[in-house]
Amino acid sequence: MARALADLSPGARVEVVGGDAHLGVHLRAWARAQGHTAEATTVVKGRAGDDRWRGAVRAGRPGPDGAVEHPPADWGLAGRGALIEAGGPALVRADLDDRAELWCDAAPQLYAQAAASQWDPATAVAWDEPFALPGEVEGAVVQVMTYLIENEQAALVVPAGFVARIHPHFREVVQLLAVQAADEARHVEVFTRRALLCGGQLGTSGAGGRASLQTLLDTHDFSEATLLLSVLGEGTFLNLLAFLERHAPDPVTRRVSRLALQDESRHVAFGMGHLQHHLAADPDLRGRLGAAIERRHDALAGTAGLSEVTFDALVVLAAGRWSPAAIAEGWDRVQQLQVEMDEGRRRRLVRLGFAPAEAARLAALHTTNFM
Amino acid sequence: MAAPSFVMGAVAYDPKVVTIWDGFRTWLRDQGFDFDFVLYSNYERQVEELVAGRIQAAWNSPLAWVRAARLAPRAGTRVEALTMRDTDLDLTSVVVVRADSPVTEPAGLRGRVVATGAVDSPQATLIPLAHLAAQGLRAGTDFTLRRFDVGVGLHGDHIGGERDAAVALARDEVDAACMIDANHLLFARDGTLAPGSTRIIAQTAPYDHCNMTVVASPSVLVARFGELLLAMDYADPAVRPLLDLEGLTRWCPGRASGYGALTAAVDQLGFYDGAGVITAADYRP
Repeated sequence: MARALADLSPGARVEVVGGDAHLGVHLRAWARAQGHTAEATTVVKGRAGDDRWRGAVRAGRPGPDGAVEHPPADWGLAGRGALIEAGGPALVRADLDDRAELWCDAAPQLYAQAAASQWDPATAVAWDEPFALPGEVEGAVVQVMTYLIENEQAALVVPAGFVARIHPHFREVVQLLAVQAADEARHVEVFTRRALLCGGQLGTSGAGGRASLQTLLDTHDFSEATLLLSVLGEGTFLNLLAFLERHAPDPVTRRVSRLALQDESRHVAFGMGHLQHHLAADPDLRGRLGAAIERRHDALAGTAGLSEVTFDALVVLAAGRWSPAAIAEGWDRVQQLQVEMDEGRRRRLVRLGFAPAEAARLAALHTTNFM
Repeated sequence: MAAPSFVMGAVAYDPKVVTIWDGFRTWLRDQGFDFDFVLYSNYERQVEELVAGRIQAAWNSPLAWVRAARLAPRAGTRVEALTMRDTDLDLTSVVVVRADSPVTEPAGLRGRVVATGAVDSPQATLIPLAHLAAQGLRAGTDFTLRRFDVGVGLHGDHIGGERDAAVALARDEVDAACMIDANHLLFARDGTLAPGSTRIIAQTAPYDHCNMTVVASPSVLVARFGELLLAMDYADPAVRPLLDLEGLTRWCPGRASGYGALTAAVDQLGFYDGAGVITAADYRP
């Protein structure tokens, strides 16, 4: 009936033929509820169906270039490009609704790469590959894994929080952040599994490290959070994970570091792409980003940052064995790591348009907790 | 606070009634009409309050309309149907048996069990019973009546009794069930009565359902209230969700011509007397 009436004007008549004994009764009741009238088995179209769609608008176009600059809140969860009936509820929680402040041109490709790269923690790592580490080195690996777990939890929770606040009209960004959270969930899984692989328990979690991560969770502005987490934090983690892969004392540690590194590079790429897009629309953002780095540094001034236990664990892990010479070499390697981390942060800040001297200053203000 | 100019009564047969009339109140006030509503737990009190002048309009069931029309003269006044929904016009009720029943017409119900909705349901009890009585079949004498008294006082607005009657039919606990035409379709859709599992053996003549009852008067406010209801447009996204909840696509001018069958049923079954006093023996709203 709906199909027959769809293209007709109000007042048009449709003769209904059917074999059901109750057709007349049901047709009458159905027509009445729909705002039509029924005369025996003839339905006369009413106005209600057409009235419902009067004023309906297309919510942009489905392709990545089809997003509008400011989608209305009452487009809500509707897919981009759908024909939207007026009068739906306003998606009040989606306060991030400005394309200039959200978008990243590479988001569709990054999402596609991420979706195609969802490795299985159970099978992507040869968990049964035999190895035996000296007790001190195994303890160091466990401590580093314990540190990584809480950092990856923060890297999961932050984008997850923004997923719910971003207007669904910008589906590529929502999708990408959702899969980013899924990436971090896998990292938490494999780091936990490596930490417990040799039958021990997890290491320690310092209050300073958690305080540092808390400032990420407390950052309400999307671009500021993207800078602090994805560009600076996860950017620093690219160096850290590459370091762990290079100096891993066992094949499992090497493999989980490699897998996480692959994912994190996509996260950094989104962060950079988003900020470049937003800075192009609003160059004043650069000043606010610098201020966010300074605020975070000030907030963490009274905290310890990376715990000594974790720092020492990195040294021992890089040393590979418990001897003064090896530890000296491990210590040198960790110093070099921090230099490379700082260089990486400076490079990325310069790519975001900060002057080199300012980039160096801000890079040095980054949390000693790496993330 | 100052008393609002216009107060309407509605019966709280479902929590959505609050949403509906809260929404309509906002819309009416946005049109500059000082409107408020009160909720009643049953139609009988609402009708008494309307006739006593404590409310200016009552969103009434058809049975409440019949009672209001009988109570009003005793108060020296009369009532009018100001508006009604497009979905309140020309409804029918049906008497239904299972598809494999040997009963093919109402006469076949003699000696059998017939299920109805609640004692005060016009569409699922009063009108169908009067329809059967007109064909010589009286409840309690010619057939056993099994009534499902759910939501008594709500005049059948609560579908529970009607649905329970249909379930009893599907379970072969009764031989026939009475229901409004739209619910025969609804029950087929929601699986209460599987499609093809029943046959309709009788259909009543068309009758009207709810109306917005007012005491007849030259009141400008009453006229304005009617105008505003009639002006509600289904194309307006602000009002369409409320119209959908209340089950109409437009308000229509009220009419009193569609209550003959119910009025006759009320008299035949002794529900109210001629003065509007409740005389149904087992009716406790």
